[in-house]
Amino acid sequence: MLLDEKNKNIKRFQDSRSGIGGLNADAPGHVTGRSIYVDDIPAMEGLLVLKILDSPVAHGTISKMEFADAEKTEGVIKIFSYKDIPGENQIGGIIADEPLLAENEVHFCGQPILVVAAENEDAAEDALTKIKIEIDALPVITDPRVAFSQNKLLSPSRKFKIGDSSSAFARCKYVFEGGTETNGQEHLYLETQGAYAYPTEHDSVKIFSSTQGPTQVQRTTARVLGVGMNKIEVDVSRLGGGFGGKEDQASAWGAMTALVAYILKRPAKCILHRMEDMRMTGKRNPYSSDYKIGLDEDYNIIAYEVTFYQNGGAAADLSPAILERTLFHCTNSYFIPNVTATAHSCKTNLPPNTAFRGFGGPQGMFVIESAIDHAAKYLGIDASVIQRKNMLDDGHELPYGQIIKNSEAKTCWDEVISKYDIEAIKEDIDAFNKQNEFVKKGMALMPVCFGISFTNTMMNHARALVHVYSDGSVGVSSGAVEMGQGVNSKLIQVAAKTLGISTDKIKLETTNTTRVANTSPSAASSTADLNGKALLHACNQINERLHSFIKTEIASNIESIVEVKDERVYINDEPTVYTWKNLIQQVFMKRINLSAKGHYATPVIHFDKTIEKGHPFAYHVYGTAIITTTVDCLRGIYEIDSVHAVHDAGSSINHLVDLGQCEGGIVQGIGWMTMEEVVYNEEGTLLSNALSTYKIPDIYSVPKDLTVHFLNTDKNNLAILKSKAVGEPPLMYGIGAFFAIRNAVLAFNPGSTIKYNAPITPEKVLMGLYSM
Amino acid sequence: MIQFILNNQTIKTSFAPGSTVLDFVRYHKRLMGTKIGCREGDCGACTILAGNIENLPAGRQGEDLVYRSVTCCLMPLANAQGKHIVTVEGITGKQLSAVQQALADTNGTQCGFCTPGFVMSLTGFVLNHNESGFDDAIKSIDGNICRCTGYKSIERAARILSDGLVDKPKTNTSEWLVKNNFIPSYFIDIKERLLHLKTEIENRPAKTNGSLIIGGGTDLIVQKHRQVKKAAIKNFFDNRDLKQIALKNNKCAIGGSVTATEFSESPIIQNIFPDLEKYIKLISSTPIRNMATMAGNLVNASPIGDMTIFFLALDAEIVLSNGNSNRTIYLKNFYKGYKQLDKNDDEFIEKIIFTKPPKDSVFNFEKVCKRTWLDIASVNSACLMQLGTDGTIKDIHLSAGGIAPFPKYLSGTGAYLKGKIINSGVLKDAVKIMNEEIAPITDARGTKEYKRLLLRQLFWAHLPQPLNGLREVLIHR
Repeated sequence: MLLDEKNKNIKRFQDSRSGIGGLNADAPGHVTGRSIYVDDIPAMEGLLVLKILDSPVAHGTISKMEFADAEKTEGVIKIFSYKDIPGENQIGGIIADEPLLAENEVHFCGQPILVVAAENEDAAEDALTKIKIEIDALPVITDPRVAFSQNKLLSPSRKFKIGDSSSAFARCKYVFEGGTETNGQEHLYLETQGAYAYPTEHDSVKIFSSTQGPTQVQRTTARVLGVGMNKIEVDVSRLGGGFGGKEDQASAWGAMTALVAYILKRPAKCILHRMEDMRMTGKRNPYSSDYKIGLDEDYNIIAYEVTFYQNGGAAADLSPAILERTLFHCTNSYFIPNVTATAHSCKTNLPPNTAFRGFGGPQGMFVIESAIDHAAKYLGIDASVIQRKNMLDDGHELPYGQIIKNSEAKTCWDEVISKYDIEAIKEDIDAFNKQNEFVKKGMALMPVCFGISFTNTMMNHARALVHVYSDGSVGVSSGAVEMGQGVNSKLIQVAAKTLGISTDKIKLETTNTTRVANTSPSAASSTADLNGKALLHACNQINERLHSFIKTEIASNIESIVEVKDERVYINDEPTVYTWKNLIQQVFMKRINLSAKGHYATPVIHFDKTIEKGHPFAYHVYGTAIITTTVDCLRGIYEIDSVHAVHDAGSSINHLVDLGQCEGGIVQGIGWMTMEEVVYNEEGTLLSNALSTYKIPDIYSVPKDLTVHFLNTDKNNLAILKSKAVGEPPLMYGIGAFFAIRNAVLAFNPGSTIKYNAPITPEKVLMGLYSM
Repeated sequence: MIQFILNNQTIKTSFAPGSTVLDFVRYHKRLMGTKIGCREGDCGACTILAGNIENLPAGRQGEDLVYRSVTCCLMPLANAQGKHIVTVEGITGKQLSAVQQALADTNGTQCGFCTPGFVMSLTGFVLNHNESGFDDAIKSIDGNICRCTGYKSIERAARILSDGLVDKPKTNTSEWLVKNNFIPSYFIDIKERLLHLKTEIENRPAKTNGSLIIGGGTDLIVQKHRQVKKAAIKNFFDNRDLKQIALKNNKCAIGGSVTATEFSESPIIQNIFPDLEKYIKLISSTPIRNMATMAGNLVNASPIGDMTIFFLALDAEIVLSNGNSNRTIYLKNFYKGYKQLDKNDDEFIEKIIFTKPPKDSVFNFEKVCKRTWLDIASVNSACLMQLGTDGTIKDIHLSAGGIAPFPKYLSGTGAYLKGKIINSGVLKDAVKIMNEEIAPITDARGTKEYKRLLLRQLFWAHLPQPLNGLREVLIHR
């Protein structure tokens, strides 16, 4: 980093508490193109390039497979099948139900069958065309309800229950029933999946992987190779986007490159082409759901029943955990005393669906919002009346038993509607709609309440390793993977603040399984909290040793109050001549340990699956957004005019990073609700298989006006330095875009049959505008 | 031999001319700042700049060094001949450039993978002679996809840059840009170096007698990446004879190698189509428009080719040449079936000719897709309509894409409407005929029922507004 750059970054960090600035430690590398992703790592001599033969059919029995001729292609070294796997042909994380390479049956289009290792890509591609494979087709299921009816489930169904919904409906004045659909979502990380591996001593392998879960890649690869985890080193410098898509699904490519490196003793690289990535990997789980909602005459929601049919794809992957989070968030920001929520993870012949920002939460929230909207439309009132009426407060019990504490649900809602004068917005829209016949505006409010922690309690722990080098520079390792969410910046801030030194003294090392072991993936919005707290702990250990040294060796009084700040030693609040650098040199000379490892495990949390009750979340994040849209009723196209959100960020330590997470999350959520449409045909072939057929928001399609206000609260929470987790919650504000557009459609055609079926593509809008 | 300047280095290479510039810079020159996101021009992660000595548009004399952003995953190395190719490494000095600094300051970068592409597009904006406003800055990044930021921070960076360019002078621009840290100082000599390089290239003309004709490569390389890589290339992209736009005796002739950008920048074309900017914004993205040629769009025969639909409604003719002789046919007769053309293998489209629409006519182009911009149409349509003072349709040409195996000239609907006065009955009948003329299929871009309804709606959009008295037909469900 250049000197003036460094100074600027320090300045920005110092300002960040006041909300003006923040630090993006990786920005200089990004804007110069010097940041290193897997495919940028200098290739080693003898590199082999991998190409995968994947199944062209969604379900069938492999009757014939011949590749001896293909293997003779010039430049091809070997073609690997499942028979070449020395360990177990298994990559399933939660449930062991997914082979690395198909054996006798294939279960989805895009399922890897063979791996070609060649000296160059052309040779590998030539070989692919020469492989002869015949598959006898079996019946294909793409619809989760069909799978459910045939009892094809990936994991046992789950039920969350509070109160007694069936008897409560009898007490309701209004009861509404209906169904909703939410489609999948392609992650579309700009960097495709990939890995690069080479053999090391003692029959070991080092893998550079684009993964959110280095330990997961390590564990899976060790299993596939049949070796101890200590033989597999996984190193991650950064990801060109993850969004959940590289939490569990980066393992296959890691294991394949390792397999080749291990067997052939040559370096091997596998970088998926975009179309390969799109057809071979799973996406956000689509859901088909039924709801029944009951209200009393004052619009209090008394009872709610919901059944979720999750489209899990062909293997469990993370779907059972995603299903659980859907249940956790099935009542979003509302208190409902009687709830029965049932969820089924259905096995279909699609690529195994997986984690995606929100992890099932958004799918659950969409259903309750639809149910509320359904009731409001029938009652002729604005949905916001029901939303506000039933908002969570401290002391409320959620269906899974956690009692709400420090709720900011109403605070955020009230702040956003007063800040933006919701009544004026409504009046403007009504006036506009009266004046314009073929252009209509719509509006919706979207509150969010999202729980922070891995719902699997055992995953909520992390470690960090800090080395202070004898020249005073600092290296920090942790289990956190930087994928754009700014965790590197936050960790640097934590270390700088705790050690009392400037951020430019600190280097964030790659995430490496030999330095920090047994890590949880960077996911669940919890990465900065868990790793940050572990880092805090490590830095505090070093501080204790330094302080003890200062007291005894410099102050000569163990009663002194000592501190290091701005890289200078302070004794009893007075600066001394000792700088950080002098101090470290002296401490080193005294043979004091300048390294520390910190461990953190979230306290308080627990959850008992046998009764589906507990306290699974360290805390909740709240917020509310107002979304307005304009629909061109001639063409069926629309624009998002504005999104205004008040978001509970706790006490943000990095305004720049947190704002980026909010804006990016909102736009990603809007994409899921509007233009992003994963299309499979009945045979299970992905039709939206390239960037030309799968559309994510571009710069022209994002909200023209997008503002996010942080509710700066200083309440105690378990977040790192009280700065609440921000990765996933903002995505769900995007759900409001669906309802805002739908409301505009209804303004044009009050009799429209438009359903609660997301995404609300221009097709659904036009068909809705002209439906009867 | 292909000769060009790569950043500050002069290159002479015998690398395969059909390889992409992307593979050349990344894997041959190890300039790893240029990223691979999709290899089909849809993400912009591989955006670089191509500087070329160009003739100024008709009406302005002389030539100048012009930088265009391109997605180099679709740029054949052959098309780099004689140009200045700039990757992110070529604008990175000891200090961050103003563009880099602005993106860093606004946190316009998160995972960083798309960032070099944004940096290059915005640097292209900075170097642009004619455009320096905020909207122009945004237009320069209309082909760059970012999955992390939601673009708002990038918009803030664009604002900083457009504000910083307020004082950019018309002359000695490069010197000013160097002084203000927008570009490195070596850019000042590039024009001279390119002029010198051109004489060297002309003295040793490259062999272009290959068999595969390539223009911009934007569709050919997506579909036939490997074939192009191995083929002997006949490069038409920079053929100045095929780059002319001329208006003579009310006939407008457009050379086959004219790019969508050159088409949109032409004063002749702008004069004929007052809403040109609106149409062009709907067609692909800035880097693709900088490469995609008119002839390429036509011969690709995509059922939803935007420019094809545009020219069909102008009832354009095309001149097909094999280098020795040529023939002229109507564009509407060029298409024989899905990707089937009335064209011999050795023929290429030399030019497209259409009659300048009469003063009392109205032209309109419509396109609807899942994402309004930077997308392929679900249905697109164009219409040229000449109306009498009494409301009679004196003449009409109607075209539509996405509703048949090839770009469709709706001859039946047009023939029915000609001579009619627009009223409810006529419109109803016209839609009935239109529905008989088309055969949409269900695919990733929509169901066939949707495409039928959408075409009807786009037909409504073509009609002269206001449509008093026709409400009942228009909102018919």
